[in-house]
Amino acid sequence: MKHRGLFLLQLGFTLLVSAFLIVPVVLSILAGLTVNYFVGLESGLTLRWVIEVWTGYRDTIFLSIGLSLACLAVTLVLGIPTAYVLAKRQTALTRAIEELLVMPVAVPGLATALALIVTYGGLAGFRTSWLFILVGHVLFTLPFMVRSVLAVLSAIDLQTLEEGAASLGAGFWARFRDIVLPNCRAGILAGSLMVVTLSMGEFNMTWLLHTPLTKTLPVGLADAYASLRLEIGSAYTLVFFLMIMPLLLGLQAFAKPRPTKFVAEETE
Amino acid sequence: MRRDVRRLILLLLPAGIFFAAFFLLPMAKLFAIGGSGKTGWAAYAAILTDSSYFGSLLSTLGVAAATTVATLIISGISGVFLQRHKFPGNGALVAMLTFPLAFPGVVIGFMVIMLAGRQGLIGQVTQALTGDKLVFAYSLAGLFMGYVYFSIPRTILTVMAAAEKLDPKLEEAARSLGASPWRVVLDVIIPGLKPAFISAGAICFATAVGAFGTAFTLAAKINVLPMVIYTQFTLSANIAMAAALSFVLGAVTWIVLALARTAAGSTVAAAG
Amino acid sequence: MTDSGKPLAIALQGCAKTFPDGTKALEPLDLAIHAGETVVFLGPSGCGKTTTLRIIAGLEEPDAGGKVLFDGVDVTPLPIEQRNVGMVFQSYALFPNMTVAGNVGYGLRIRRTPDAEIRARVAEMLAMMQITKLADRRIDQLSGGQRQRVALARAIAVRPRALLLDEPLTALDAKLRDTLRLEIDSLLRSLGITAIYVTHDQAEAMALGDRIVVMEHGRVAQIGKPREIYQRPATRFVAEFIGTMNRLTGVLQGGVFTCKAGTLAWAEAPRQATEILFRPEDIRIAESQETAGLHGTVAAAFFLGDRTRLFVEVGEARPLVVESTARRDFGHGDAVRLAIDPRGLLVL
Repeated sequence: MKHRGLFLLQLGFTLLVSAFLIVPVVLSILAGLTVNYFVGLESGLTLRWVIEVWTGYRDTIFLSIGLSLACLAVTLVLGIPTAYVLAKRQTALTRAIEELLVMPVAVPGLATALALIVTYGGLAGFRTSWLFILVGHVLFTLPFMVRSVLAVLSAIDLQTLEEGAASLGAGFWARFRDIVLPNCRAGILAGSLMVVTLSMGEFNMTWLLHTPLTKTLPVGLADAYASLRLEIGSAYTLVFFLMIMPLLLGLQAFAKPRPTKFVAEETE
Repeated sequence: MRRDVRRLILLLLPAGIFFAAFFLLPMAKLFAIGGSGKTGWAAYAAILTDSSYFGSLLSTLGVAAATTVATLIISGISGVFLQRHKFPGNGALVAMLTFPLAFPGVVIGFMVIMLAGRQGLIGQVTQALTGDKLVFAYSLAGLFMGYVYFSIPRTILTVMAAAEKLDPKLEEAARSLGASPWRVVLDVIIPGLKPAFISAGAICFATAVGAFGTAFTLAAKINVLPMVIYTQFTLSANIAMAAALSFVLGAVTWIVLALARTAAGSTVAAAG
Repeated sequence: MTDSGKPLAIALQGCAKTFPDGTKALEPLDLAIHAGETVVFLGPSGCGKTTTLRIIAGLEEPDAGGKVLFDGVDVTPLPIEQRNVGMVFQSYALFPNMTVAGNVGYGLRIRRTPDAEIRARVAEMLAMMQITKLADRRIDQLSGGQRQRVALARAIAVRPRALLLDEPLTALDAKLRDTLRLEIDSLLRSLGITAIYVTHDQAEAMALGDRIVVMEHGRVAQIGKPREIYQRPATRFVAEFIGTMNRLTGVLQGGVFTCKAGTLAWAEAPRQATEILFRPEDIRIAESQETAGLHGTVAAAFFLGDRTRLFVEVGEARPLVVESTARRDFGHGDAVRLAIDPRGLLVL
């Protein structure tokens, strides 16, 4: 009986925590669809705010989508070979490289953004282009791609698999194409989801890196929160949720521990 | 094999060049600029000598520490509970708890406003109950709430993954030796989860020290270091001071993560 | 290069291996492996047997000066993918992203063999290894024994010039090991291929090897046919690593060996020795009417079904191991008399 009480206590607590996380999400979705949030739901439901956001801010949405896809492309090209090398050689040098790569995540985004501005801010064409933001996003998301791929590569016996392929006559590029890439597919996919999600939501750096012509979605959100009525901020948040929902669900699926398969030894 | 080494270096080269050009070089420049202001290299000591900066540092570290402790307790309880007890609805709870996994700071700030802002739920409830409206979103308390909100999903995931790897036989062994459920928690579960707690806690702390979006959304007046840096840079145009402060902030965060990594014995992934 | 093609002769000349951390894995080694024979490298872990195999395969480079010759041609600078050797790994190294058929056909695909030919060859290999019904399975759906068969089929499919096997049975349980050992043996005989087999299991080495190379601390301790290695070990290490060896210390004088347990007549004794060695099968419990010279007490007795393994205390550092087929019970503390066949006595 005592154990049952403990169970209910923990369950209640966990339900409370879930409510803490989910209630504001629900509230904000409702607010974005309510005619007047201050009056409440009685004022009726409307898509007016969502449409207003779409007409006023759709550029930020497209820029964020484009930016996150470009960021994904760059992190794939830079990250997969890096992860491969780090998986292949575990020396003091590669550990130091891994450590360095994570620094843009450990160091606050503000500092990185300031550093980029003081170094490259003078290149006017670069400073005002979306590429300037892209650089920041790649710095910030690259470690996630590298780690995600590296985790999968370290879990498989990469060295032996490659030796196996080599013993069958496969040269380096054939091995990379036939063995390495297919076997870290799960890591690449998880890393890609993470990169796109993070790039889509990055604000710490972007706030300093952006210009009036290169506003991303989170920058627009901050604008809306600061200057517009609650309903518009909520509607904008709703649009943001709709965009990242598939990404978040995908991430959750990857984060969940998978059941391990068991194969019985057959008697032969 | 020498040829292999050459190939590996070649594979590292693109990322290496990018990283050197856009991170190492700018960071070095930032460091130099931090020492180029009116006060010279003393700017780096200002965070300790200037009482207003020092105050910001203290409140930043205070919020970060409180966030870490609260998040670890909440996630520790719920994470172990959800890993240990499989009941109908367990999956839905895990999904809800990890849903805000990658919300950006600005959105988190807005969530705090929805809860504790002027038109927030807590205000409405307290007004109905006591007649007084409780509004704390636009203060350090609101910031604390936001950081806890941000940190819970990833910490729960870390705790659940670690709890899954705990060998239930250890608990059975402890119970067979006569340990009460509390002793089991104290002697088996918490020590087993310690590395996960250290690494997750370090990330909570680092995030709370360096994050900017949440504070920005809540109020420009919240006196934490990222906001101070931002105002120095944009309003006062004191670039040298902003550079020095952000360099120090970066160093503090990085050291915390590095220490945690040594303590946890495994790699700690940071997250913003 | 076909199954019946001319097998490959392999030679190592002065091959040493020092790892980057300074560990000396292999002392300079010269070795000639004849075309078509099965050579087994046998030794405890860390003896250099796997390093030697990897040097032959092309997965490791020997230290400067060492050479690997295939049919007299220096292949030292060639990486493994250009040596055309088949390799079976201890962990199988099957590609999880391919089916069984995909794994077996991979080497042929790399060689740009026409599809129809690949299909035919894969089918032939699967049939030979009796795993035809597994063709479309994923690797994680296979048992250990099945994986081993796939690994063998994959290595042989490309018609390699030599087959290299690195502890291929170590990961399997004892019963399966016996079955597969038989299969590998008949496979190697029927292919007539040069095979190099690395193991730490002496039973495997005895069963499979035309010749056994016993290694210790990066050096060759002895090379020979299984019978020679067992009956005429060249060093104490070989004697004790292979099979069980009993030891008695004492004085040898005038054809009589005297030790704590008694005396032992040995007509063909060498000049002198302070220690004699012999195998458990050369010592037996004497019948009551015999006049045997050694006395001992039973320290432990394990009934194994077909025989009883006895540990007999004779006042030496280690008790003697005696295998008795006598139909009687032995108990702790029983006094026994022991007879040794002098033909089995060794002095090293």
